[in-house]
Amino acid sequence: MSDDELKRVANEVRRGIVTAVHAAKSGHPGGSLGAADILTYLYFEEMEIDPADPAKADRDRLVLSKGHAAPGLYSVLDERGYFPKGDLETLRHIGSHLQGHPNMNDTPGVDMSSGSLGQGVSAAVGMALAAKHWGDPYRVFALLGDGEIEEGQVWEAAMFAGNHCLDNLVLVVDHNGLQIDGTIEEVNSAMPIADKFRAFRFHVIELADGNDMAQIRAAFEAARGVTGAPVAIIAETVKGKGVSFMENEVGWHGKAPDDEQYEQAMAELEADASELAKEA
Amino acid sequence: MSDVKRIATRASYGEALVELGAEHDDFVVFDADLAAATQTGKFKAAYPDRFFDAGIAEANMMGMAAGVAATGRVAFASTFAMFAAGRAFEQVRNSIGYPHLNVKICASHAGVSVGEDGATHQCNEDIALMRVIPGMTVVVPSDDVEARAAVRAAYELDGPVYLRFGRLAVPVINDVPGYEFEVGRARVLREGADVTICACGLMVGAALEAAEALAAEGVSAEVVNVHTVKPLDTETVLASAAKTGRVVTAEEHSVIGGLGSAVCDALAERCPVPVRKVGVNDVFGVSGPATDLLRLYGLDAAGVIAAVDGLLA
Repeated sequence: MSDDELKRVANEVRRGIVTAVHAAKSGHPGGSLGAADILTYLYFEEMEIDPADPAKADRDRLVLSKGHAAPGLYSVLDERGYFPKGDLETLRHIGSHLQGHPNMNDTPGVDMSSGSLGQGVSAAVGMALAAKHWGDPYRVFALLGDGEIEEGQVWEAAMFAGNHCLDNLVLVVDHNGLQIDGTIEEVNSAMPIADKFRAFRFHVIELADGNDMAQIRAAFEAARGVTGAPVAIIAETVKGKGVSFMENEVGWHGKAPDDEQYEQAMAELEADASELAKEA
Repeated sequence: MSDVKRIATRASYGEALVELGAEHDDFVVFDADLAAATQTGKFKAAYPDRFFDAGIAEANMMGMAAGVAATGRVAFASTFAMFAAGRAFEQVRNSIGYPHLNVKICASHAGVSVGEDGATHQCNEDIALMRVIPGMTVVVPSDDVEARAAVRAAYELDGPVYLRFGRLAVPVINDVPGYEFEVGRARVLREGADVTICACGLMVGAALEAAEALAAEGVSAEVVNVHTVKPLDTETVLASAAKTGRVVTAEEHSVIGGLGSAVCDALAERCPVPVRKVGVNDVFGVSGPATDLLRLYGLDAAGVIAAVDGLLA
């Protein structure tokens, strides 16, 4: 898929996120919107997957370690055809397969249950280790928050991945600078992390704009070429990207737009879609 | 019982893993820098490429085991009970229990029989912690024979299992013709009419010893080996309680939340009879030789007899 096509998909994904969170009247739009471009790239370009066979044994896997970005993952899976259109609007409702945080046994395409921060990365390391051990060809991706990496378990997992040279593992740190109680600097920042990951024997790729499709492509293409070490992509992103009043606003970490805000957000995203269509 | 063979269930675990490894190559074993103590070191020696040491990082070990299991294989994860059920509780709950993954958590050094290391390493809370997780199977083998059978059964069972092993060598009591192990199926080891003793782990041997002594006093005690605390074999427990009208539970664990609580839950709803719980009475342990500690906390035949006498008084 071309970058322009991917941008159009990412716009659809953003509209899905806003729609789902609005319908749920709760959820996490900020981190989902910020990671929408990376998730789109992964599921539409990078990962070897088959939506018709979500449990295919040798598929590439993604663990959404920052599980609160579930609306982002669900919206991408929806666009990719993992489940019927309309399901997104059941997010967080009783009886829905779309739980507040991802559950692998509920949703086709979800590779690991996650949401308790710091845990998903360990599962991803376990998957990568399993692939190496049994000689399976797949790769494993994990998306982490920059607040999440304050959890010590992340570094336990990084230590193991580095020591075992798991070059089939790519960790993506979504560095949007915000966490629930404020900026990561105000709270308890783990930054700088490039040298930390290098010290844990990772190959580090710094992605200056994690909302720019061409740069995302370059980062993941570079990651493909790395052997002998796991990769950490540190992606600078804008939390809430694509909805003006949500961008870089910590208050939009975990709340849903009301009806008026929903209309405004969708109008902005539809305007973006028109622009993208003109460019095509 | 000095002529009886004594084997620690952790040793049985290590050997059973090696046997299992000869038959199956779809599982790996994790430990957290305690391979010699938990006895996974035996597996490591036999199959070095199928053993992974997570180092002193139990949370990550549980998460990695979950990741392996999420790919369709089986993972064994071992450390002391304190760190498996305690330190890594939430990882076990959210990364293993919630997705119902095929991780077999094999915890050694449970209970006060850890001995000299003292309270920080004597885990009397693990059965309670694991039992409360939906879908978690909790097995507490009573001896070498049962521990080996339980390891095999855990491998074959679909879903997460918590297996509890001890440090102390305990009498082998199940090397009898016709011994069968089935997860969730309690075994009546001795029939009796006056009181039911429900026991697990090393307290099964103590219960048998107590029953023998009680018989000499004219008290007929039924001994039920409740090796699976969850799912509890309520049918067997209730049938015995209905027959004898009195129940003593015996476990090397806190009286809060373990086998005694599980049995009381079942009895209270369907067969309310008087109960005495033998266990650690809501205190932290202390350092000392294991057998002395068991005596100190009443976790021996004398403790069981005292509980039975209390019920009959």
